[in-house]
Amino acid sequence: MFSYCTDPETLSGLTWLSCYLTTGKHMALYGSVFTVLLLLAITAPVALGFGFGGAMAARSNFAPLSWLGKAYIAIVRGVPDIAFFLFFVIALDQGLEWLTHQAVCPDWPDAIRQGNDFVVCPEAKLPSGRAPQYVHEAYGFSLAVLTFAIVFGAFAANTIFGAMRAVPRAQMETAEAYGMTRRQAFWRVMVPQMWVFALPGLSNLWMVLIKATPLLFLLGVEDIVYWARELGTSKTSRFSDYPHPDWRMWYFLALLVFYLGFTKVSEVVLDRVMKRLTKGQATAAGEAQRKAAA
Amino acid sequence: MKKLILSAAALALTAGAALADGHGVVRMGTEGAYPPYNFLNDAGEVDGFERELGDELCKRAELTCEWVTNEWDSIIPNLVSGNYDTIIAGMSITDERDEVIDFTQNYIPPEASAYVALSADADLSGVVASQTSTIQSGYVAESGATLLEFATGDEIIAAVRSGEADAAFFQGSFLEPIVEESDDLVFVGEPVPLGGGVGMGLRESDGELRAKFDAAIASMKADGTLNTMLKKWFGEDQLTF
Repeated sequence: MFSYCTDPETLSGLTWLSCYLTTGKHMALYGSVFTVLLLLAITAPVALGFGFGGAMAARSNFAPLSWLGKAYIAIVRGVPDIAFFLFFVIALDQGLEWLTHQAVCPDWPDAIRQGNDFVVCPEAKLPSGRAPQYVHEAYGFSLAVLTFAIVFGAFAANTIFGAMRAVPRAQMETAEAYGMTRRQAFWRVMVPQMWVFALPGLSNLWMVLIKATPLLFLLGVEDIVYWARELGTSKTSRFSDYPHPDWRMWYFLALLVFYLGFTKVSEVVLDRVMKRLTKGQATAAGEAQRKAAA
Repeated sequence: MKKLILSAAALALTAGAALADGHGVVRMGTEGAYPPYNFLNDAGEVDGFERELGDELCKRAELTCEWVTNEWDSIIPNLVSGNYDTIIAGMSITDERDEVIDFTQNYIPPEASAYVALSADADLSGVVASQTSTIQSGYVAESGATLLEFATGDEIIAAVRSGEADAAFFQGSFLEPIVEESDDLVFVGEPVPLGGGVGMGLRESDGELRAKFDAAIASMKADGTLNTMLKKWFGEDQLTF
């Protein structure tokens, strides 16, 4: 990185540290922070979408749809995350390849399952075997986002389902008395009011989601915990210009600071959102706000 | 317009021809945490004996290769499900693994594994650390000692230093540079020869690719380049072909 870094053995103190902290490997660590942030930024709204959809399905009047929503919530919430991550992603990947295989090369003479191997024709490989590495990484990342969204969506669905039921029934009856259809009453009366009941549960979920990102490595995406461990293990001078003993403690300490800082910022933001949502609501907190203003 | 269609058709044809080969890019799967076999260098790239060997093999077999890292624990399942095409990660050829995947001929001769501990009189039948699903951990389990398994080689060493394990049992060439540079670790007892050497792992359905790498390894053995490479990475005492 810096011009004086060509011969690290001669360096000491801060100059050594400045060179050490700017090696390609450390850059990968800093890059992985953005991977994690990007994952959260995409996963959170998608999971919320899954949650909202799941909750709407679960409280539908049409029985099969309601069963579907309830089954989604119950099954995904009940399966351990790790099992879900390992099983679901492999199954999804192979399922997609199987479908493409059926569509692209129906005349393929060989069996897809050969003993332990799962072999589809090269055109059906996802991503294509000829694709550059970044496509593979993007594919892995998308699978990760989808899996996270499905898992956290189920928890969000349960929270939102509960929040919808917490909106006083009288509100809905009043809406209907004013001549609103079920749909109008749902969107105009229930949805705006239910967020205040859903937010404590959803903010919990957000905190869990922040801490769940190391599961990414199960899917081949290299996150900050992977790089911290890789950088922290002891290095001998034969294989690294920057030999050092076991420094994992320091790297994990840095991770601790990162995660604590991140959750603190989240708490502050969520508190503000809560205040805003409470405004004018027929809840104890809303009442307190009204009194304070008066 | 006609020209466009023609060139598009030509493109599609050449692409089809390349695809018929089966492998446009051969993805080489490795662990990246096992120096001097394979590790990530300061720049974060795969480096080590197997990097140099793999690049040379791909050149000789006229393949385009790309390196990917994968956790050791799931390195075989991910090969089998097609996330990459080869395992080149210091993997010893054993009968158990051979039932699931296929191996090329070995590119490192069978070599000794060794015990390290903090003192020369450590109890080798006490708690012994080794990496999960390796031939060494299998050996420890059968030796009657209490096996303590870890995901990587580094953690084994850390366990010995912290006193969690009485000794560690692992591949000699991995332990050697660590013992050399430390002032606390020593080799204990006699080295134990294990396994059938290190080879590349491939899917059982991938016979064509296996034959290509096999031929490339044979040619490197024949002209002596493999021996030079082994000595470069593992020192002058390394067993050669």
